[in-house]
Amino acid sequence: MKIIAYSAAPESANALKTLQVSNDTELATLVASGALDGVQRVELHFPKFTDGRAYSQALLLRRRYHFSGDIRATGDVLIDQLVHMHRSGFSSAVLAEGVDAAAAERQFARFSAFYQGDVHEPRPLFAREAALEAA
Amino acid sequence: MYQYTDFDKQFVKLRAQQFRDQLERWERGELTDEQLLPLRLQNGWYIQRYAPMARIAVPYGEISSTQLRTLARIAREFDKPAPELLAHAQATQDALQDAQPGATLPAPPLRYGYGHFTTRTNCQFNWIPLSRAADVMDLLASVGMHGIQTSGNDIRNITCDALEGIAADSIVDCRPFAEITRQWSSLHPEFSYLPRKFKIAFNGAEEDRAAIGWYDIGLQARRADDGSVGFTMKVGGGMGRTPIIGSVVREFLPWDQLLNYIEAVVRTYNSYGRRDNKWKARIKILVKSEGQKFIDAVEKEYKAIVELDGAPHTITQAELDRVSSHFVLPELKAANLPAKVSPQGQLYQRWLQQNVRGHKLPGLKTVTLSFKRPGFNTGDADADTLNALAQLAEQFSAAEARLTHEQNLMLPWVHESDLPALYEAARALGLAQPNIGLLTDMIICPGGDFCSLANARSLHIGAAITERYQDLDELFDLGPIDLHMSGCINSCGHHHSGHIGILGVDKDGKEWYQITLGGSDGTDLSGPAIGGKVVGPSFTAAEVPDVIEALLGTFRELRRPGELFIDALRRIGHDPFKQAANSMRRPKADEATLTEHD
Repeated sequence: MKIIAYSAAPESANALKTLQVSNDTELATLVASGALDGVQRVELHFPKFTDGRAYSQALLLRRRYHFSGDIRATGDVLIDQLVHMHRSGFSSAVLAEGVDAAAAERQFARFSAFYQGDVHEPRPLFAREAALEAA
Repeated sequence: MYQYTDFDKQFVKLRAQQFRDQLERWERGELTDEQLLPLRLQNGWYIQRYAPMARIAVPYGEISSTQLRTLARIAREFDKPAPELLAHAQATQDALQDAQPGATLPAPPLRYGYGHFTTRTNCQFNWIPLSRAADVMDLLASVGMHGIQTSGNDIRNITCDALEGIAADSIVDCRPFAEITRQWSSLHPEFSYLPRKFKIAFNGAEEDRAAIGWYDIGLQARRADDGSVGFTMKVGGGMGRTPIIGSVVREFLPWDQLLNYIEAVVRTYNSYGRRDNKWKARIKILVKSEGQKFIDAVEKEYKAIVELDGAPHTITQAELDRVSSHFVLPELKAANLPAKVSPQGQLYQRWLQQNVRGHKLPGLKTVTLSFKRPGFNTGDADADTLNALAQLAEQFSAAEARLTHEQNLMLPWVHESDLPALYEAARALGLAQPNIGLLTDMIICPGGDFCSLANARSLHIGAAITERYQDLDELFDLGPIDLHMSGCINSCGHHHSGHIGILGVDKDGKEWYQITLGGSDGTDLSGPAIGGKVVGPSFTAAEVPDVIEALLGTFRELRRPGELFIDALRRIGHDPFKQAANSMRRPKADEATLTEHD
């Protein structure tokens, strides 16, 4: 996951074709309208870090709508939520103002595995272990 | 009880490490209070009226002797306020007491050095400084305990009937399903910032003893004619400001679809639940406002999970077998200790009648130790008691105990032949009051003595009612009565589901109490889950014990032979009870002369 400090220089606007999606947008309607066609980056916004709607949006974009471009978290993005974001399908995050990117990296090293499946490993722990035993 | 795998143990330890890191960053000023808030809540740490409160998860209420001893150590070594903090807290409580002249009851002093058993089978400590929180979590992790998701806007600690898997009327042992669901919900990446808290309860017996109608998701196990297992799923129950009973969304959900369907429910809630108003953010409000549209949306999402996503969390038979095998049936041995108790003695017979229940296994009984006793707050156990409980469980119940929804502690594996010796041992500890299910077996939240949300104190009312009803002949004559009390509308004391409910409210800095009648948690005794009805304007604390006495007096006057309180209330209607309650109001003019309790 690419973690970007708030103060980092903004990328040039024409770098990627970007679609900003608010967290109350109905994804099924959006996808059906063709709005995602040709889009290289979807920005999902966190108005407050405690508003968890964008996690479901990211997961559905990846798992159900097979979006393969960048999914970027913007807004009130703090480091203790980054692992959840990564597991839900975000591939980049712009940290909120004043948040230190250095402390972010070690959050990813702590847990070697989780119980439930996620975007990167859809199988829950029990299915992974069963597959290992069968191998 | 569930035996942790190496992965489970490591997971809990890493979680404690993560929390230590978060607390350290907060202490260094790298996290603001607001940023730490959900992180500490998701580990069970509140900041209460005077000190932090730690809520420790006891999944399905199951606790080992080793874990009880660890709780004892925490009670003794960590649950200690600094003297100046305690002095400040007591002075503030004394001022609150003085602000209600003539309208209140004697208030017991603030206590420390104990664990408090809650209605959702957690154990709370009230005085541990945040600077010692990480050490406490490490200590807990060393015995497989934690506070993961005992608070916060996430999927909370999952509960079951205290008799799950051992009840005589058991259909399915739900503990493996609850454990599979608990694992799935732990640190869930998508569902850790829901609009509001989310509580799931399982019931695996004929009788609903898990209050599943009152839960965000309530699951009743069923066995179909062909023997296959499934669940009736209710969604959208809850107490609080808007009490609602859950709606059935599936009559029979096959067991292997449990996680897929819960995922559909929680995703729908995460996407559409209200976030603009804390009081309207629970899933019950969404279910109530959208009705069938909500159910349709869940069904559509479930279909997509199965057909488009490949249903990755379908539970396999191998996984069910694996988790089931971790609920090890302990080695069962009778203690065969001598006892002097006379088997025909009335006290002993009453204890057998109220505190001892049947068991799925022949020759075994479950025994409930009563934590409703004079001089102690409901559900409180100090270090000595917790250590004694550990020993009692070792001697009589294969080193296992269970916390109950009613804030008592049950021994699940007691040999019938050991009952006299266990009775004597429990009595020596002051835990053999034969009052389980009776009036004094009250559910009570910590209220305004500790909780920062409370509008009024609850413990002094509990103490007054306990004292007034010490005559066992009277208690037995009154029969089974559910008396539930909450210090505020958040309803931690489940007042909505009490036959008699007491709710603390605040009016201009004064404590008042609303009385409700006729609620039910959903047990056979109480009937289908329903919220109680308010009897009238609220009462002062001083009036509440008189109101209770008046209600019970009316019951005794109007009941038919053998009729239970809740049945009489339903047959007769609330009116005569209301009149009796309202006649207990004291004149307000001469408050100054009514200071006998100050």
